[in-house]
Amino acid sequence: MILILAITIGCLFAGGFYLLLRRSLVKLILGLILLSHGVNLLIFTMGDGVRRGAPPIVDKNGVAPFNVADPVVQALILTAIVISFGLTAFILTLAYRANQVTGSDDLDTMQGEG
Amino acid sequence: MANHLFLPLVVPLISAALSVLLGRWRFVTRSITLAAALFNLGYSGWLLWLVSSTGRQVTQASAWAAPFGITLLADVMSAVMLFLAALLMFCTIIYSLLTMEPEYEQFFYYPLLLLLLLGVSGAFLTGDLFNLYVWFEVLLISSFGLVTLGSSRAQLTGGLKYVVLNLMGSTMFLIGSGLIYGLAGTLNMAHIGERLITQSEPGLTTVIATLFLFAFGSKAALAPLFFWLPESYPTPPPAVSAIFSALMTKVGVYALYRVFGTVLPGELVRLAPLILALGGLTMVLGVLGALTQTEIRRVLSFTIISEIGFVAMGLGFASAAGLAAGLLFTAHMMIVKTALFFLAGAAERVSGTGDMRRMGGLARREPALATLWFLGMVALAGIPPMSGFFGKLALLQAGVSQGHYLISGLAVLVSLFIFLAILKIWHEVFWKKPVEDQSQMPRLAPAILIPGALLVILSVVIGISAGPVAELSTQAGTQILDLPGYIEATCGPAGCDAVTSRLIK
Amino acid sequence: MYDSIILRSVARLMLPILLMLAVFMLLRGHNLPGGGFIGGLVASCAIILQLVAFGPDFARRVLRVNYLSLAAFGVFFAAVWGLPALLTGQPYMTAFWIPDPIPGVGKIGTPVLFDLGVFFGVVGVTTQIALLLAEERNPREASDAGTAAP
Repeated sequence: MILILAITIGCLFAGGFYLLLRRSLVKLILGLILLSHGVNLLIFTMGDGVRRGAPPIVDKNGVAPFNVADPVVQALILTAIVISFGLTAFILTLAYRANQVTGSDDLDTMQGEG
Repeated sequence: MANHLFLPLVVPLISAALSVLLGRWRFVTRSITLAAALFNLGYSGWLLWLVSSTGRQVTQASAWAAPFGITLLADVMSAVMLFLAALLMFCTIIYSLLTMEPEYEQFFYYPLLLLLLLGVSGAFLTGDLFNLYVWFEVLLISSFGLVTLGSSRAQLTGGLKYVVLNLMGSTMFLIGSGLIYGLAGTLNMAHIGERLITQSEPGLTTVIATLFLFAFGSKAALAPLFFWLPESYPTPPPAVSAIFSALMTKVGVYALYRVFGTVLPGELVRLAPLILALGGLTMVLGVLGALTQTEIRRVLSFTIISEIGFVAMGLGFASAAGLAAGLLFTAHMMIVKTALFFLAGAAERVSGTGDMRRMGGLARREPALATLWFLGMVALAGIPPMSGFFGKLALLQAGVSQGHYLISGLAVLVSLFIFLAILKIWHEVFWKKPVEDQSQMPRLAPAILIPGALLVILSVVIGISAGPVAELSTQAGTQILDLPGYIEATCGPAGCDAVTSRLIK
Repeated sequence: MYDSIILRSVARLMLPILLMLAVFMLLRGHNLPGGGFIGGLVASCAIILQLVAFGPDFARRVLRVNYLSLAAFGVFFAAVWGLPALLTGQPYMTAFWIPDPIPGVGKIGTPVLFDLGVFFGVVGVTTQIALLLAEERNPREASDAGTAAP
């Protein structure tokens, strides 16, 4: 399982960075979105006993409960998703406005004066 | 428990919500904003006094015990930064009231400023790594709103670069915090520090530290990650440029000092040569950029970058003296740079342009403005008795006493060139004969100079009372490196692991 | 674009169900999966579904509020319910509960009210973003849909 996740994260990062290096603004934004998905999966693999064998919760007797996932990473991912949702909405709107004003999707031609 | 630590967060948040709700009445919005900033200013002044006299103040959100919940912790560095942020925000709001065009207010200018203050204050106070990420995003979102307010072409294209590069930095920060959770099993800064002392995996910790260096470096405009800054700072209205120069990069600096100084001191020692090299590069590239620019606020933006190099140098010395000096320099730079941006905005207002080639003659036309600019310029160059002298002196002392002669020499050289760049503004804007006919130009309302004058006076006061200020910064520098004290303040004298194992039994 | 009879029928049917689900999510959120954020997203999904099916003008009429003010009110409301703790000398956001659960609703305390604020905030922000984008992008189609909608 961890291997599949690792490969998936690697693919998401590779795709994200490839798209970030493109000249098109839309592809750049898609790259950022892919990257944020990759990070969420990465955080997911960091919890749940992947490294320590047990989530950081115990019952009343101090025993780690069986078959329980790590809640911390889920909270972290939820927060990260919310933030990236807001930022993506903002940057899409910004790109749309920039496209209206400059009439271009090409980052090389989108200069301040021009 | 110091529950009052929540006030500088709750007050701006509630005021921002209220001023959106009551946005129809401009007077109400303005008064709410001013009152909130004034409250934060008064509170953080009191907090600074409290912290410097009685030590760290701690509280736990929702009364969850330390390594489980979110800790808020104020030490001297936090309190100083909090105070400066509130002070500069207050001055910026006054400046905005005097200069901002009414149409900006429709687009939630004042609520965005309050949210920026919220994010900055939260970042300075939190003791939790992931919470620091959240506060970063709060202040980034509001700064995105501020930088693109007005939607001119230069603002949109500069804003895009700003947004994309900062998102990259945030992503790296998120990766780093995810990895550190996997490594240490906690996100509380004190707990991370405690765990990494004993169960350190050297290679992985260094990778994480480098990710943090990238993340905070891109926020702080450290070379080679500063390209967003000169594109986005000069384009919005001067008040926004001023508050950005005051707060945005400094939050990155704070995070660098906090995370490397307190949480990962071992990695600070390991990465110190890299940080010093990047600091030197930042100084040189920043000042070279400043020398080639012809717009006032662009020159100032590039000198910010150069000065970030000085601050990184203080971190790279990896000693209490270096951190204290870096902090002193940061405080000086926040005050003086904001004042200079205010004054540059006033000069642009009189001349109708920010292009220095078309300006001139302001020394005769606006003597008060010219005098203030001269004092600010002298402070920036580091000539006694202004604040810049003591910041740079402390940095150089720390550098020489630790044997970093090369970078200290470079810093002296770069200081000269910064003075040259800023002297160019003086000559072009104030001293030379006017290029264009100035008879139609508006006179400056003296009130606009008040915020800038306040800050310049503060710089002089810091310079004159250098003794107590240096003591405060030394206290802050020692506290940053005092990880055991930080752990004790957060989790109690036995440490965080003792708390978790006690709860299990 | 807005002429699918299936989508319209489903959207009309789903509106009350989704809104009820949203309230359900909101009320169980303080100790079971759910909460103000999820509830708010479900509620705004209900409105956005109307937006897709009938166009922005109709969607604006589902809840006759200014969504931006709703969002601001939500933030204000959520932040205020942390204050009672501060006044009684506890850290901000420490919970207060009514001892006995109210039948049909469950336990009521400051976290539920906080969640309610989050709910308003999320509904306001999400719906406002969707509506603004829809109205901005297709001004012509929006007016077409206004005449086509029953």
